[in-house]
Amino acid sequence: MTLWERLYLPTIIGGFAVSIKHFFRKKITMRYPEEKWTLPPGYRGIPYLVKDQHGRVKCVSCQLCEFICPPKAIKVTPPGPVDNPQVGSVEKQPREFEINMTRCIFCGYCQEVCPEEAIFLMDDYSMCKHSREEMILNMEKLLELGGVREDRLMKWKNKHNPQRS
Amino acid sequence: MSNEEKVQAKVEVPMITFKVDGQTVSVPKTLPHPVTGKPEPISIIQACALAGVNIPHLCYHPKLPVAGNCRMCLIEYGMPVLDRERKPVLNPDGSPQIRRIPRQAIACATPVTPGMEVYTQTEGVVRARKSVLEFLALNHPLDCPICDKAGECKLQEYVHQYGQETSHFFETKLEKPKKKAISSKIVLDNERCILCTRCVRFTDSVAKNPALGILNRGALNTISNYPGTEFEHNYTLNTVDICPVGALTSRDFRFQMRTWFLSETPSICPNCATGCNILIHSLKGHIYRLTPRENDAVNSCWMCDSGRLNYKWVNDSRRLSNVLWSEAGRRDEIDWETAISKISAALKSSSKGSTAILVSARQSTEEIFLVSKLAKLLEAQTDSLPRIGEGDFLLLNPDMNPNSKAIEIFGLASATPGANVSKIAKAIESGAIRNLIAIGENPVEMGIEPGLLSRLDLFVVCDILGNKSTLEAQYLLPGASFAEKQGTFINAKGRVQRFGKAFDPMGEARPEYWILSSLLSALTDKLWPKTPEEIFNMMAAELPAFNGMTWAKLGTAGMNLLSTTNTTEK
Ligand code: SF4
Ligand code: SF4
Ligand code: SF4
Ligand code: SF4
Ligand code: FES
Repeated sequence: MTLWERLYLPTIIGGFAVSIKHFFRKKITMRYPEEKWTLPPGYRGIPYLVKDQHGRVKCVSCQLCEFICPPKAIKVTPPGPVDNPQVGSVEKQPREFEINMTRCIFCGYCQEVCPEEAIFLMDDYSMCKHSREEMILNMEKLLELGGVREDRLMKWKNKHNPQRS
Repeated sequence: MSNEEKVQAKVEVPMITFKVDGQTVSVPKTLPHPVTGKPEPISIIQACALAGVNIPHLCYHPKLPVAGNCRMCLIEYGMPVLDRERKPVLNPDGSPQIRRIPRQAIACATPVTPGMEVYTQTEGVVRARKSVLEFLALNHPLDCPICDKAGECKLQEYVHQYGQETSHFFETKLEKPKKKAISSKIVLDNERCILCTRCVRFTDSVAKNPALGILNRGALNTISNYPGTEFEHNYTLNTVDICPVGALTSRDFRFQMRTWFLSETPSICPNCATGCNILIHSLKGHIYRLTPRENDAVNSCWMCDSGRLNYKWVNDSRRLSNVLWSEAGRRDEIDWETAISKISAALKSSSKGSTAILVSARQSTEEIFLVSKLAKLLEAQTDSLPRIGEGDFLLLNPDMNPNSKAIEIFGLASATPGANVSKIAKAIESGAIRNLIAIGENPVEMGIEPGLLSRLDLFVVCDILGNKSTLEAQYLLPGASFAEKQGTFINAKGRVQRFGKAFDPMGEARPEYWILSSLLSALTDKLWPKTPEEIFNMMAAELPAFNGMTWAKLGTAGMNLLSTTNTTEK
């Protein structure tokens, strides 16, 4: 190495040049969590259950998501033979529906397999809790967080047959 | 009929030769009618099944009269061309000339004739299946997500396999009554019904209770019980099994679990002495349903409703799951090793003939065999409780014990079962009997007062569910139910049949054969076989009645005993 190189000056000047260049560039960091980024469409966040525009639970407890879920995060409890008067003309609805978020890998298979369009991976990504129990979302929480999605078919609503309103 | 008899019966019938998809096969000219047993010309679907070719079908069922209404089994065929003398016309190369019949035919109702050629894979057949399925699904609801049959539904399977993806039908689908209680045990969904009439034919010709029929006309056809008749008998739930779609669903199984989660274990119904072959459908230590398994020597394709619904006790909250030892008013949990060594020590120190053993005819043959060994060793008095119920014309046997035959073979009950109990009670009172071992039996129920039981030096109860005797027991050994162990039952006709293990016993519970074998090993200072297979082979080698059977030879269909009873030393 020459003396000039051994002085380290060119390297130091070069380093400052990079820093100064970045100092005037547009900032790409943000003050998380006060500030949050906008998510791209199709982002796969936490799966939630949705209701239709009439407030009906869309899930019919077919258990296909439970079957497909690779890490077995979903546990659906079927209703059994006793009719639930609260669900009206709907024949079947889960008695309980749990997603264990310590297991979920956000693959989106549950949303893809659901024949009733009842489960969607939404935009939530942060799941910070103090215990494992809190990481298990039950049906009540999933429905509350999932909100409403328009149902185009309304399979259970039929004006010809008042029993099936 | 045993297998050999079946082969003989076949040999007597003349054979005919036909071709299916280019493969030449010989089949018997006639087969017995499934209900009347009269010989009938063999149909194409039966002949193809014998040749290993499966023709898709919905209304045809091998055990029911043919209806031919679904048209799912359409095939194409050709017949040999005959000249004026009814001699086959030959091609230049010497093979018979075949004329293709221009119209498709249903395989379930067309008899096979010599020289016929059946084609099941032609373009015409593929197209016919597509159209038939499109018609069947015209008004079919999109119910698969909530349909209990999904996963084992023939319509679903065929639509996936042979159907077309799109429908030409854009009109509104017809609506029919859903969720209709057709009987106390069955829910009918008329929209899903494809009107195959399997259920009608079953109740009519097998269950001899013609309560079902088709009401209304044309597209409004519905299955219903005839007004004024009730669809209630002991075989109704078989219609749920044979319904090819999810129209008839069992109220007991309704919305309990999707079929694809359940594992099937071949087993034997423990409800009566007929020994119907069944499948246990279970998941994670829970039984969800029992269904019949075909065995023409015993139950054909059917089972009775009382047996089918008699499984709830397996997952009952009264199940015993801990080994308990009571002394001086205290009850403690102990481990198996301690329990076995304490019991064997107590038995060793007591004199011969001072023990009585009550063993249930609901235990497996292997267990009853080990009990007979134990009784011989201790010179014990034994008995077993008869359970007599109501039988019927089809399957249900009045003997509600699944294994009375084994008790009889090993001579473990008095001439009239249960008669020894009063003698045993007297002997306990006089002090001649100091030890009582009850395996699957409830001595209090059999007539031995709790006061008497407290006089015993040793009182061992091995049972599945808690009862009055288990409360009194000095040693309480939790046993395994029929779903939690392997074994054999011998049915009323002397057929030895194997049942399989669906899941592990609850908690600390262990199969009774393990308990008995451990106890015998501790008492005799030699090792006794510990698996049902080894115990069975030991037993079969010892008794001539078993006629050289082995566990492996029994298979899933079972084997018959040599002419039964009194072939053993007592
Ligand atoms: S996103 Fe994937 S891992 Fe998560 S619940 Fe759905 S199927 Fe299971
Ligand atoms: S969320 Fe969808 S896939 Fe999962 S059980 Fe409900 S209806 Fe079936
Ligand atoms: S009967 Fe079969 S095709 Fe029809 S809804 Fe049920 S599973 Fe689906
Ligand atoms: S209810 Fe089932 S078995 Fe009976 S006719 Fe309809 S589809 Fe066939
Ligand atoms: S199976 Fe042949 S017509 Fe139904």
